[in-house]
Amino acid sequence: MTMVKVKLKLSQIEEGDTLDVLLAEGEPLESVPRTAKEQGHRVEDIRKEGEYYHVIIRK
Amino acid sequence: MIDFTQSQLERYSRHILLNSVGVEGQLKLMNSRVLIIGAGGLGAPAAMYCAAAGIGTIGIVDADAVEVSNLQRQIIHFTEDIGSLKVTSAREKIEAINPDVTVEPVRAFVKASNIEGIIDGYDFVIDGTDNFATKFLINDACVMKRIPYSHGGILRFNGQTMTVLPKESACYRCVFHKPPPENMIPTCSEAGVLGAVAGMLGTIQAAEALKYITGAGEVLADALLTFDALPMNFRKVKLQKNPKCAVCSEHPVITELIDEQQIVCDLKK
Repeated sequence: MTMVKVKLKLSQIEEGDTLDVLLAEGEPLESVPRTAKEQGHRVEDIRKEGEYYHVIIRK
Repeated sequence: MIDFTQSQLERYSRHILLNSVGVEGQLKLMNSRVLIIGAGGLGAPAAMYCAAAGIGTIGIVDADAVEVSNLQRQIIHFTEDIGSLKVTSAREKIEAINPDVTVEPVRAFVKASNIEGIIDGYDFVIDGTDNFATKFLINDACVMKRIPYSHGGILRFNGQTMTVLPKESACYRCVFHKPPPENMIPTCSEAGVLGAVAGMLGTIQAAEALKYITGAGEVLADALLTFDALPMNFRKVKLQKNPKCAVCSEHPVITELIDEQQIVCDLKK
């Protein structure tokens, strides 16, 4: 469901705006950036902060 | 702003994940109106997939009651529905599959005098009828009212389907001109039909409706898809608009709707 939620949030922001997705380690951390790229978005940064990763996606 | 409930997000997650459907496509489905004419072999699977897909409003037209001989292929009707109106039985199943869907049941057979009122306001029509006269009537009415529709026909192990974008792509009459003489082609009740063949074709029609509404891919316009389930061969024949088509050409000779059966009978007399 993670990617479904990310897609919903991406649909709610403007073209050119960024979405900051907070992910724990695991499968979504691999699949979300990959799918976002496949679907024409840009993954600008992935950085660890505490237990979570920030995945910055530009629409 | 686009928003879904948590339950809708989960229900439609497999659509939302698709690149060419996505959040926007799902929203289009939820705001769309699809009319299914005939709650039989083709209409049953078509209605169920449209319901599951979250089509906002599904109209369903049929005047018949469920009979035991229907149950071999008309999978929206259950044994306990025998004797109930097909539109009532279909409505119950659609609502059970997806309570988000608004069902507009129409207890009638479409004919020249009522079809325009019935199809009015729908975004897409699925022809799930079982006779040539009605197929031509649906074609002519949809062309005149510029409503895209999916034609479908099945017999024995065979199916055929095409999607008509009125005035843009070939219509049913561009290709088949007029109904065959009465009794020349047997009906499913005379010649039989494999239940699953109805499911295959009705499901293709539902897919066409969903593709048209979401804009995903290309619909079966200017093409006739036929299949024979015995060897399981599929064939796609390219079609072109007939510049002399009686209904969709620049100068149509058919300008008002008629019940074709009448013409056939009159000719015989």
